[in-house]
Amino acid sequence: MEHMGIEPGRLQFSWVSSAESTKFVKVATEVTQAIKALGPNKNLAKTMPKVA
Amino acid sequence: MLSYIDKIKEISTRLLKECRVEMVIGFRKGTVPMMNEPHFARSAEAVESFVWDSNCGINLCNYLTNRGEKIGIVAKGCDSRNIVTHIIENKIKRDQLVIIGVPCKGMIDKRKITAMFEGEITEVIEAEDRITVKGDGFEKALDKKDVLQQNCSVCIHRNPVIYDELAGDLVEEQTDVDRYADVREIETLSPQEKAAYFEKLLEPCIRCYACRNVCPLCYCPTCFTDESRPQWVGKGQDPTDVMTFHFLRAYHCAGRCTDCGACERACPVGINMRVFTKKLEKDCLELFEWEAGLNPDVRPPLDTYRPSDPDEFIK
Repeated sequence: MEHMGIEPGRLQFSWVSSAESTKFVKVATEVTQAIKALGPNKNLAKTMPKVA
Repeated sequence: MLSYIDKIKEISTRLLKECRVEMVIGFRKGTVPMMNEPHFARSAEAVESFVWDSNCGINLCNYLTNRGEKIGIVAKGCDSRNIVTHIIENKIKRDQLVIIGVPCKGMIDKRKITAMFEGEITEVIEAEDRITVKGDGFEKALDKKDVLQQNCSVCIHRNPVIYDELAGDLVEEQTDVDRYADVREIETLSPQEKAAYFEKLLEPCIRCYACRNVCPLCYCPTCFTDESRPQWVGKGQDPTDVMTFHFLRAYHCAGRCTDCGACERACPVGINMRVFTKKLEKDCLELFEWEAGLNPDVRPPLDTYRPSDPDEFIK
């Protein structure tokens, strides 16, 4: 994904068991904060359809 | 390379006469210079149309998918690796095939040659390492190594990896080539620069899907890009859709692509979409020590698990 021009950090992977509620909260908070810091995605995002 | 043709014809005629195969897939001369086309010979007479020169860049493995009959096939190094991939993926059985291996010394890049001359090229004559290009009012001799397809110039599997018959002596493999110089160059760019680079690269794409159709890996009955329920990707010329198509197609080839160059060769507007598949090829080599299509008995990295698989990206 990074190679396609998506900033590192915008895509994250985690392994959370259904018993690890605190880890889930921690991961969700961290991911949200990281993405908010990056701002809105501009690459590979469709805006208005281009009409020739 | 040119001398292989007698042997190819001899083997093909023998196979057809002995009824060991129903047809032999090879090349015949195309209607314009530097464009040989696939030829399916079902009789000894049809074998006479076979040719072999440096314009046989199409990957013939593409014509093997889900075939039921016994087939003889002329295979270069890359073709043979795709045949191995087909066998692994159950698209053809090994005992259906008689593989006529062709040690390859690279195919010439018709786009590179066309760009060298102003007028139309009417004839291209080949003699071992020299290529003579003739056209309206010009004639020039070129060194074959200067006009090789880029993927052929960095190829390290010129000899077929599996074969039943050989059309010539095995050739020496290249060892001193830098296979991934172009990929490394892109890797150094920032995400924004990469996005801009790819957008520019894919700008001329007309979504004709020639790259998909010519690719031996792209054999899905319905390609994701043709599906409308759900519609995975838009069908228009929107840069985001064009990029999504190319990225996704490349991902579907991860760990399977042999860098045969058929996609780039088939592209009517000359996009080098191999930069995507090559990145994945490089990753497969670095992360899983994997090169596609070398051994029919080894399962590919994407359908096996090893405890040592890299997992640092999972938090």
